[in-house]
Amino acid sequence: MEFFEFYRKDRWPHQFCPGCGLGTIMNAIYKAFNDLKMDINKTVFVSGIGCTGRVPGYINADSVHTTHGRALAYATGIKLARPDLNVIVISGDGDLFAIGGNHIIHAARRNIDIKVIAVNNATYGLTGGQLAPTTPYNMVTTTSPYGNREYPFALADLVAASGANYVARWTTAHPNQLVNSLKQAFTTRGFSFVEVISQCPVNFGRRNKMGDPVFHLRWIKEHSLPISKVSFDVKTPYDILDLNTKGIYIIGELVRRNRPVYGEILREEENATSIE
Amino acid sequence: MLTSGRYFLSGNVITAEAALLAGCRFYGGYPITPSSELMEHMSARIENEGGVFIQTEDEISAIAAVIGAAMTETPIVIVDVMRGGPSTGQVTVVSQGDVLQARFGSHGDYETIVLAPNSVQELFDLTIKAFNLSVMFRNPVILLSDAELAHMVEKVDVPEKIDIVGYNDYKIEGVPEFVPVGIGAKLAITGLTHNEKGYPVTTDVQVHRNLVTRIVNKIINNEPMISDVEIINPDAETIIVSYGISSRAAYPVLKKHKDVGLFRPRTLWPFPESKFKDIAKGKRIINVEMNLRGYGLEVERVGRKYGAKSFEFIKLIGGEVPRPSHIEEVL
Repeated sequence: MEFFEFYRKDRWPHQFCPGCGLGTIMNAIYKAFNDLKMDINKTVFVSGIGCTGRVPGYINADSVHTTHGRALAYATGIKLARPDLNVIVISGDGDLFAIGGNHIIHAARRNIDIKVIAVNNATYGLTGGQLAPTTPYNMVTTTSPYGNREYPFALADLVAASGANYVARWTTAHPNQLVNSLKQAFTTRGFSFVEVISQCPVNFGRRNKMGDPVFHLRWIKEHSLPISKVSFDVKTPYDILDLNTKGIYIIGELVRRNRPVYGEILREEENATSIE
Repeated sequence: MLTSGRYFLSGNVITAEAALLAGCRFYGGYPITPSSELMEHMSARIENEGGVFIQTEDEISAIAAVIGAAMTETPIVIVDVMRGGPSTGQVTVVSQGDVLQARFGSHGDYETIVLAPNSVQELFDLTIKAFNLSVMFRNPVILLSDAELAHMVEKVDVPEKIDIVGYNDYKIEGVPEFVPVGIGAKLAITGLTHNEKGYPVTTDVQVHRNLVTRIVNKIINNEPMISDVEIINPDAETIIVSYGISSRAAYPVLKKHKDVGLFRPRTLWPFPESKFKDIAKGKRIINVEMNLRGYGLEVERVGRKYGAKSFEFIKLIGGEVPRPSHIEEVL
């Protein structure tokens, strides 16, 4: 499939700012989807509101741009009504984890067969760069002009703790690893979650001495630590979870497991009964 | 599935059974008094009919999952079992406080179809009608039940033949053909104002005007076809206007007073103007409902337009269901 069979050429150029990480991510999604030769006519892309929420609208497939925060709730309905379809959610950190936070932990708990790509740019980009629940400590945004006095969520770890079958965190500075991880997510049964740390030079980096996308990407790279290199001299695993204690993003595969999948449990129970 | 015959069932249970008969195969919900038995019944029944049940983490998730299952411009049915508000209010007690919210609860211009049954039998009939209207008009339909009807147990006759409307059975102006996901149609669905391809166009006056007038007009232009009312003694000088559980106080009054009539909308919204206009002229209107400012506002507005003589309002709140004596005091 050509790039412009996967994306809608009649909607080009896209609306994203120069230097935005979504270009890298859209390329990665295309590459993973194309390498796996997935059926675009049997795939529904779902999003909420925000910059990332606009991505499914550019994809040449059934796409559903829903209300703010509710992408996973709509996606749950689509998947349950049409279990034969692939359901892929692409949305941002504010949409999925602030207003939609309750939906994602429960979707992960059910382990429903939905794939989620969460683009974490640490801010509300579309509305102009406000404080998000992912903004690192002390960083400046339009609603934290003296520096953030809250601590951010570690998104991937939260989803892993909630029960997903596949959880990974990569960044826009690791495009090849991201593609491989997306392929793994798309082919894992159950709830799969890939967090992508992304740059927003225009509305976030600019206020934090990273207005140049190159600086922002470099900052992301310098603050990433592969999970294989994490030293376990910390007292509890929780010490490494978030940015505020060590100031780093742990990248790599966090979870790969085979818990029973929501919707398939019922059928398994029926089979078990018939064996008796 | 219920076969034809006579049953003795509660309002919540018959609503669930009627929905299954109407073809409902997806249920999303979150427990709340006084509707919980409906959800409990669905959880036990819908999977036997090949359907899907999900108890979601909150109400927003429930409606979103239902819309997701149905896709947009959405053929969905919402059952609102009314209790006393505002806020957590009177959890187990009846009211008709949602009658305006059912119509005007969201932002922007839109129309909703709202049905108001007044018996367990009508909960059955109007649940079927709600599903049919939602498919015909590709619009959400709200069934306005209440705490009394939901828990009331009455006889219900299930007919032998039930007419179920299928997708694209009707061609109605302003209602586009229904296309499901997963057939390669590459539907672009968005809540943003969009053009006919589904692409977002948010700053063009004409695109917004076309879209919104279409979704509004497909309902209000078809009000005569949608609206359904019960009329008794239309020539009487005094007309009681009431709906839902409140309207049951009117029947004993009508038996005693031959000079009193009844106008009872089964479809509250769109307002059954085409049926009310012939009746309102020169009449004394007595509006009976269980809220302080509700349907009476629209009754008065439309009544004045068609020359009604006077208006009186019986407004009961706190859980007191209207009795015939409430109406006779005004007469």
